[in-house]
Amino acid sequence: MNRVTNIAANTFREAVRDRVLYNLIAFALLLSGAAILVGQISIAIERLVVVNLGLTAVSLFGVVIAIFIGIGLVSKEMEKRTLYTVLSRPVRRWEFIVGKFFGLTGTLVVNTFCMAIGVFAALFYVAHKFQSSDGWILVALFFIVLQFLILCSLALLFSSFSSPLLSAVFTFSLFVIGSFAEDLRGFAGMSHGLMRWLATAAAYLVPNFSRLNVIAQVAHEQPIPARLIAYSTAYALTYSAMAICGAVLIFERRNLK
Amino acid sequence: MTMTMTGSRKVTAVASLLLLLSLGGSILLLQRLDQIRTRATLEEVLYFNSPKWIKRLSLGYDGLLADIYWTRAVQYFGIRHAMRATDYNLLAPLLEITTALDPKLTVAYEFGANFLGSKPPLGAGQPEKAIALLEGGIRNNPDDWKLYYNLGFFYYIDLKDYGHAAEAFERGTKAPKAHPFLRVMAAQMAQHTGEIQTARMLWQATYATTKEDLIKQNAIAHLRALDVDEGVAELEKIVAAYTEKTGRPPSSFNQLIGAGMLRGVPLDPDRKPYKLTADGRIELRNPEDFPFAEKGLPPGYKPGPPKFH
Amino acid sequence: MSAIEILGLEKTYSVGFWRKRPKCALRPLNLAVENGEIFGFLGPNGAGKTTTLKLLMGLVLPTSGSARILGMELDDPRMKAQIGFLPEQPYFYDYLTARELLKYYGQLSGVEASQLAGKVEETLERVSLRDAADIQLRKFSKGMLQRAGIAQAILHDPKVVFLDEPMSGLDPVGRREVRDLIEELKRQGKTVFFSTHILSDAEALCDRVAVIHQGELRGVGHVAELTSSVAGKVELIWNGRAVPAGLTGLGAECHVIGETIRAVVLEAQQEAALEILRRERLRLISLTPVRTSLEEYYLQKVSEEAMPAVGAR
Repeated sequence: MNRVTNIAANTFREAVRDRVLYNLIAFALLLSGAAILVGQISIAIERLVVVNLGLTAVSLFGVVIAIFIGIGLVSKEMEKRTLYTVLSRPVRRWEFIVGKFFGLTGTLVVNTFCMAIGVFAALFYVAHKFQSSDGWILVALFFIVLQFLILCSLALLFSSFSSPLLSAVFTFSLFVIGSFAEDLRGFAGMSHGLMRWLATAAAYLVPNFSRLNVIAQVAHEQPIPARLIAYSTAYALTYSAMAICGAVLIFERRNLK
Repeated sequence: MTMTMTGSRKVTAVASLLLLLSLGGSILLLQRLDQIRTRATLEEVLYFNSPKWIKRLSLGYDGLLADIYWTRAVQYFGIRHAMRATDYNLLAPLLEITTALDPKLTVAYEFGANFLGSKPPLGAGQPEKAIALLEGGIRNNPDDWKLYYNLGFFYYIDLKDYGHAAEAFERGTKAPKAHPFLRVMAAQMAQHTGEIQTARMLWQATYATTKEDLIKQNAIAHLRALDVDEGVAELEKIVAAYTEKTGRPPSSFNQLIGAGMLRGVPLDPDRKPYKLTADGRIELRNPEDFPFAEKGLPPGYKPGPPKFH
Repeated sequence: MSAIEILGLEKTYSVGFWRKRPKCALRPLNLAVENGEIFGFLGPNGAGKTTTLKLLMGLVLPTSGSARILGMELDDPRMKAQIGFLPEQPYFYDYLTARELLKYYGQLSGVEASQLAGKVEETLERVSLRDAADIQLRKFSKGMLQRAGIAQAILHDPKVVFLDEPMSGLDPVGRREVRDLIEELKRQGKTVFFSTHILSDAEALCDRVAVIHQGELRGVGHVAELTSSVAGKVELIWNGRAVPAGLTGLGAECHVIGETIRAVVLEAQQEAALEILRRERLRLISLTPVRTSLEEYYLQKVSEEAMPAVGAR
């Protein structure tokens, strides 16, 4: 278990040294610019815009980071053969995968935390005070982190058997499809026969990112029921576990070039 | 034959088992989430409410987005309809966004014509939005005769505004490849407004020309209701005639048959016999099977939503 | 118990889109390496040396056969804690410094936290990287990378060290340093298994060697025995200008250097060659037996037909 922590810590260190966290600067600039702009034009829904924009930006930035770092997790290591010296040590292959996963999600959690500060700062700037309903923003951020868990596990899964470019493409595609998972269900509901069966199967297998998106509700200051939070967390954890198991199984049998 | 080593075999077994368990688990959890989300009083909000903005942000993928919003509109209506909802606040915006993204998606205008006007729980109860939607559709597709048809239909059936209905049908006759039916309807308007026959023609036309399931079923329900209205009106005339002749209302259909006024026990469109009440009224045995019927209903009866299959 | 025991280890890859064409990277290999010896694994590029090492390290799964290192299975973590590996053209996490790299690898190898710092410094000293210890690896030269590679291979005091082409890309000074290091490892009682295609290194360092070609083992044995198994030669040097016809007829290799001629003939033809010189009245300067080099053994084995699949100790 100690080895898993070591690998996770090293992955985090890699992300930091890779200057990934510089994205926070771009994020901060974007958010500040938007906040100032919105504050100037006073359209009576400043709070709504800042919350919507801020949370969407947190989500999208995170997705990009998850994919870019995620694909390097395994495929880059295989291409560059850094794996040779790691796996010749008493490190089990599954420990490697799990360690990478925790390192990547850890990076994203830290990233999201910093961004959260930015969002609240921008909110304060336009609204000049905080309301109790702003607490739900934290819940929305938690849901975003849940999305990241799934995304990281998928990046790892694809990374374990395909090239960096293909892994990025696959992961991003699943992100897009998963965001429209509910619509996929709708299509399934309107089709018949074999197509209906296939579409329904796809709708259930694809990670359901739309269900994990509560940005709109939070922007309209609606509370999120505790049961929803609990079940959504369980779903994200279960789905991620599935993808990680897949990655472990594939990596276990992989012949390294 | 690849040889695996024992440690590896254990990992493979555990990981495979865990994978299957989590696969099943995630599907179950997703279903649970569905239940929670529909029952929760999460007010439905659209992320973006402005069709203009959505079009700008769609980055040119209008077609696909329009399809997605169209699907959502249908799903939205269908689900709420089954739940006997008391409002359909999002239907108009969803249709507006759909048509903003793809002005040529005629089925969306058709859907609005059919379901935006009626009062809840049968529709959204927003006739002015329906008109606006259709006029917008006509502006974008001036050569599509179906849109004029939908507009005329709407004025006639939902608003009972025969003047505007006639006007709409008349405008439609000028469209190229206009169905000759439009000319017939325009003529009908002039002479036979308010008659069951006119309404029947309209609903039959709707049924024949639409591809959308919900609209078809809606048309069928209306046609059945018209049959009932017609049948009940006929029967009431016969009952009135009998009452006038004998000075008393008939107490059963047999009396009418005996008097040679009826050939047999009258049946409703489901082939169930009508009821003859003590005070000489004709009633349906199962009024809930005919949601749009206006005659043959017991006094004080409130209709529920139609059962669409 | 041998340090390394390879029993019929085989690797076939399925190449081609539909995985129809099998490509045999390693025919069933039988080999044993004893404790404390330096074992050289020789062969041209693509012979299967790296494949064998990857199989032993568990980076690639064998098609059939098995192997044991220090009597333990190839996926046994206890075994892995006692071996070190230097891959060919190693590449490391280039955002780490040398010190950080060794600390990380030390942790992964299970070195006690209390001893880790000490061992890291000690190893850095041994491979002469003490001064560059805090520079990021991305700034290292090839030679420095190679030394870092050796450092991570010996950091945790392994009993068996595997080196894949340890001298590649090194200048003469670097190569000398690596050779000294390997000898030192032997003095410490460790077993060293290294692959190379530079025969002079193998000849100087190894107790035993194996020759592999086209995925097959062609020969194994002690260096001394192998070189003597090849037919001996003698070198004759005399004064003269032209090579006597008779000598070329004997198949001698002759070099003319100014007024001196040097010829190498098979030991068996020594008398015949001397006879020719005497007849020509040429003055012999020296007659020296030529030590057969490993090169000849190697070339012979590589050009031979395949050996029948038999184990060799």
